[in-house]
Amino acid sequence: MPERLRHLLGIEGLTAEQILFVLDEAKPFQEFQRHPLKKLATLRGKTVALAFFEASTRTRISFATAASRLGADSMNLQAESSSLKKGESLLDTVRTLDAMKPDCIVMRHSSSGAADFVARNLDIPVVNAGDGTHEHPSQGLLDALTIRDRRGTIENLKITIVGDILHSRVARSNIHLLGKFGCQFTLCGPSMWVPKELECLGPPVHRVDRIEEALDGADATIVLRVQQERLHEPSLPLDEYIQLYQLTPERLRGARPDMLVLHPGPMIRGLEIDPAVADGPQSCVLEQVTNGLAVRMALLFQLIGSKPESEDAKGTAHAAD
Amino acid sequence: MRVVEKRQLMSATEIERTLQRLAHEVVEKSGGTQNLALIGVRRRGVPLAHRIAKAMQTIDGTEVPVGTLDITLYRDDLSKVAAHPVVHSSEIPFGVDDKDLIVVDDVLYTGRTIRAAMNGLFDLGRPSRVRLLVLIDRGHRELPIEASFVGRHVQTGDMEIVEVRLTDVDREERVMLVERVE
Repeated sequence: MPERLRHLLGIEGLTAEQILFVLDEAKPFQEFQRHPLKKLATLRGKTVALAFFEASTRTRISFATAASRLGADSMNLQAESSSLKKGESLLDTVRTLDAMKPDCIVMRHSSSGAADFVARNLDIPVVNAGDGTHEHPSQGLLDALTIRDRRGTIENLKITIVGDILHSRVARSNIHLLGKFGCQFTLCGPSMWVPKELECLGPPVHRVDRIEEALDGADATIVLRVQQERLHEPSLPLDEYIQLYQLTPERLRGARPDMLVLHPGPMIRGLEIDPAVADGPQSCVLEQVTNGLAVRMALLFQLIGSKPESEDAKGTAHAAD
Repeated sequence: MRVVEKRQLMSATEIERTLQRLAHEVVEKSGGTQNLALIGVRRRGVPLAHRIAKAMQTIDGTEVPVGTLDITLYRDDLSKVAAHPVVHSSEIPFGVDDKDLIVVDDVLYTGRTIRAAMNGLFDLGRPSRVRLLVLIDRGHRELPIEASFVGRHVQTGDMEIVEVRLTDVDREERVMLVERVE
């Protein structure tokens, strides 16, 4: 039995066993999404604080739904109406939330390390829903679950990542996770977004210039969104990006016919991905969303579903029948 | 937590004979097995349910479907049990609506597991009837829950635990009375 998670701050610090445990635990929650009645009382009375200091619709809704389906309530902080705009510090903001006694905080912030910082300063579990360009661990987990369901395994696969990898916390979480299972990575994109320095992430990481070369032999390709809001001006004219890096049906034909196509979303059809590919049989995007819900339910259950470790004297595992 | 074995309550042969008798009882008291289905409560209720279904097939000829139910998410004691709770899949390959269900478990004690099992089943649909079959009823009920089919009634003390060991799970087959020792 792997050590239970107290926080989920990043994939880098997790063991392979801890990762596999979450993926295995997600399976009953995947089945749960098919129940007619999608409401449990498991986390009844618990509160999940959703502190999103950076814009997010999908991840926030996914965590909110996961909490709700487990029976928990959520407290919702959103960037637009955030007190941070009025000059309050991050620490004061989370301490204010903490004073309302949530059972955990799920947070997204534009600064790398923000989740770690909050975890060090509060007593409750912290789930990193994306911190700067550092990590997005639940995305890494749901991508791994999607690949494992389709492929049967996450071991020793060839994974290609296309796009703005420099600014991508999703790419980093994916590389940390799948790297623990012997996968190799091919990174592809404009050189200002895929610097050679990224190869320091590990020996199995290589960058190539041409997408055709990157797709060749890949078991799965993760297509990243062109994050225009991260750049002050486009580093590359968009139609040039499309011409060089868009995942098109033609380019797909040069890859393995069973290669999986993943995208963390939201997709910009016609930009980084051709609509026919986005809707095609190799695309996993909708499964990723469903799996995201299952993974997040499994995470919340693990983090706040049972007795916190600080109250343990010694474990007593015998439950009453 | 340490336990000390006190005595054997049932041998492998006795377990098998009891399961056969229970299968006969179910057939007798069900007025036909068309709508019947067994739900084994994870963990040891599952092999018991399969064995009862198999015995019923020999007696009655009909195949009674068996589903498995994991009750972890429905337990009322998650915030008390210090262990790392693990959720497993439930597999109920039939609709629960209008079914005549028999929940199968190894030991009936406080009744809380069965309460959780019913919550789980009612989340899936509306069965026409739910009855309970257990190998051992050890008393000490904390909820108004009773079994329709009981293998054996055993008087137990608070510090005692009835351990049903089945070949499928424990690689041996017998029922032991053990005692918790501090």
